[in-house]
Amino acid sequence: MQVIHRDAHWQFEESLLVKQLLERLELLPESVLVVCNGQLVTEDHRLQPDDAVNIVSVISGG
Amino acid sequence: MRCRKCGERAAINLRQHRLALCAEHYLAWFEEQTARTIHKYRMFEPDARILVAVSGGKDSLALWEVLLRLGYHADGLYIDLGIDKGLHYSTHSGEKAADFAAQHPTAHLHIINIAETYGESIPQLARRKRQHQRPCALCGLIKRHEMNRIALESGYDVLATGHNLDDEAATLFGNTLHWQASYLKRQAPVLPADGEGLARKVKPFCRFYERDTAAYTLLRGITYIYDECPYAIGATSIQHKLTLTQLESRAPGTKLQFYVSFLKAKEEGLFCREEMPPADLHPCKECGQPTLAPERCAFCRLWYAEDQVEAENLQSTS
Repeated sequence: MQVIHRDAHWQFEESLLVKQLLERLELLPESVLVVCNGQLVTEDHRLQPDDAVNIVSVISGG
Repeated sequence: MRCRKCGERAAINLRQHRLALCAEHYLAWFEEQTARTIHKYRMFEPDARILVAVSGGKDSLALWEVLLRLGYHADGLYIDLGIDKGLHYSTHSGEKAADFAAQHPTAHLHIINIAETYGESIPQLARRKRQHQRPCALCGLIKRHEMNRIALESGYDVLATGHNLDDEAATLFGNTLHWQASYLKRQAPVLPADGEGLARKVKPFCRFYERDTAAYTLLRGITYIYDECPYAIGATSIQHKLTLTQLESRAPGTKLQFYVSFLKAKEEGLFCREEMPPADLHPCKECGQPTLAPERCAFCRLWYAEDQVEAENLQSTS
């Protein structure tokens, strides 16, 4: 699966739960939203190797 | 995970509420909760004329969207600060505000260009004031002045901002760390128009997590500027938000409890045992907005050279 977060890109060959992906990338679930193939998904959603995943950071400020 | 309302696939899990919802029911829940917050804190009447401060970011555009969907008369105000830093930040954020307004023809968008109106952009002013590394204080002063000015000049009943729970909790956290009692006293979902020349200010999103407003914006298909203000990098407010988010991840609901309990404690008089004397506000001799300063307000003094301000101060105290 192709994963994008801000300017970073990753490629994963295996299937992962959203929760597992966020743990791998050391991202707090409360700080992001995960969009898989254009759909917002929850942390128990299973991501497939051919999915396009966009991790959207929600914390802003200044 | 399934939607609690209909059993379909959930789009979002709100751990702080132990509630999972599909896209359709989340949008309805979000709008209903906004209406409840407006009612709970008596923010404004159904026929109020509301001015929404929009930055082109997710919170302000989501707020404008929700208010229009709830049937309120809500116009927008975008302040072009002239921030570029190679990212054309103000240009892009202004485009998002304009695009939103174009899709909502019944709502009017006021646009104030600071450089055109006052002769200098934020970065230019910051360089002159030697605050070019972190012009945030200048930026905040200018935005507050202009929001208040337009709200009053255009006859709006209330000014609404998109401050969310993460914003409020981070502000509360920072003020508590430094025991800024005067700021703690003033932090609230509603700031009444308690002086001549001050617009009523409300924060209808004050009980929503930043993640909630981001989800609403995404699910509604509202395009907003993803980039942060380039001057916000390393800002203390973001550090505080991250700290609180780490606490939240261990104990869902922490941020909400922190903020709501603070409001309750304030209401019960925990922080304000003594009656404070009223502030000696009077109109600025330049712009007419309320100020504590003897002559010109802090905003108007920005646009004058330092030696001229010093000369005026000497004259007023002699």
